[in-house]
Amino acid sequence: MTVNGKIAVIGDKDSVLAFKAVGVEAFSASGMFEANDLLKKLKDDYAVIFITEDLAKQIGDTLEKIKSRAYPAVIPIPGTAGSNGFGMEGIRRDVEKAIGADILFGD
Amino acid sequence: MARLTVNPTRMELRRLKTRLSTATRGHKLLKDKSDEMVRRFMELVRINKSLREEIEGEVADALRGFMLARAVSSAEDIEQVLSMPKVEVTLHAGTKNIMGVDVPDVAISMPAIGDLLPYAFSSAPSDLDNAVIKLSQLTEKLLRLAEVEKTCNMLADEIEKNRRRVNALEYVMIPQLEETIKYILMKLDENERGNLTRLMKVKSMMQERDG
Repeated sequence: MTVNGKIAVIGDKDSVLAFKAVGVEAFSASGMFEANDLLKKLKDDYAVIFITEDLAKQIGDTLEKIKSRAYPAVIPIPGTAGSNGFGMEGIRRDVEKAIGADILFGD
Repeated sequence: MARLTVNPTRMELRRLKTRLSTATRGHKLLKDKSDEMVRRFMELVRINKSLREEIEGEVADALRGFMLARAVSSAEDIEQVLSMPKVEVTLHAGTKNIMGVDVPDVAISMPAIGDLLPYAFSSAPSDLDNAVIKLSQLTEKLLRLAEVEKTCNMLADEIEKNRRRVNALEYVMIPQLEETIKYILMKLDENERGNLTRLMKVKSMMQERDG
């Protein structure tokens, strides 16, 4: 399966505007409900969706639901306020799920 | 472990033995699959971690630069210069198969760095130039991260599922089958002995009558 992927970014207005300049379609959302709706709308049309960490943290349930398919890949990125560790937390959870213990961040 | 409810017959015994050998082979295969998936996963997740560490710093940096640019010029100006992006990152989104899991496999085509700015130098502060350039250099890495992270996600799910199957076979199916096979064997032996005793008894009764 090959689709011509489009890239979107969801986040607060300040964070996403910059991405416009590099040809990524930017959608601004001010709260979790808006972000949720946007994500549901975009998930079938885009191959990669970046979402700022603070929003991603709030809509974890929706993210969980679309995890099982190859596309879209929804990836948390830090916003203007810097990283809050949600993305790293995701990796840690994966490791725990797969191995049974956290062996990557333990040291 | 509870045994299955079956009739203790030879036919049933043979059927169960076939099932046991299938289950054992399946268990071995699944276990091998699980091992290999974990190995791949570990490779990927290490890459994932280092990529993410790199990116988190750099994106935050670029966005901070962008904030500075917004601070020195009006929002309309910024909006205007960015509203017509010159470059379009195109993404060829395919899938590849790792151990039976369809994972994303992206090919990125990016224009050369030189002509990235979609505006004239005079119309925007230099902070903006820097932020945009930084961000566009980051785009490829971000997409690479997207690919790797999604792959890790899916592999982790699959590993978990697979482990359940392995455990179900190892701790439920196989012991159950073994137990049942043993039960049938015992029962058949018991019948055999009963039969033998009866015959001996009959023989001795006949000898007594005739002798």
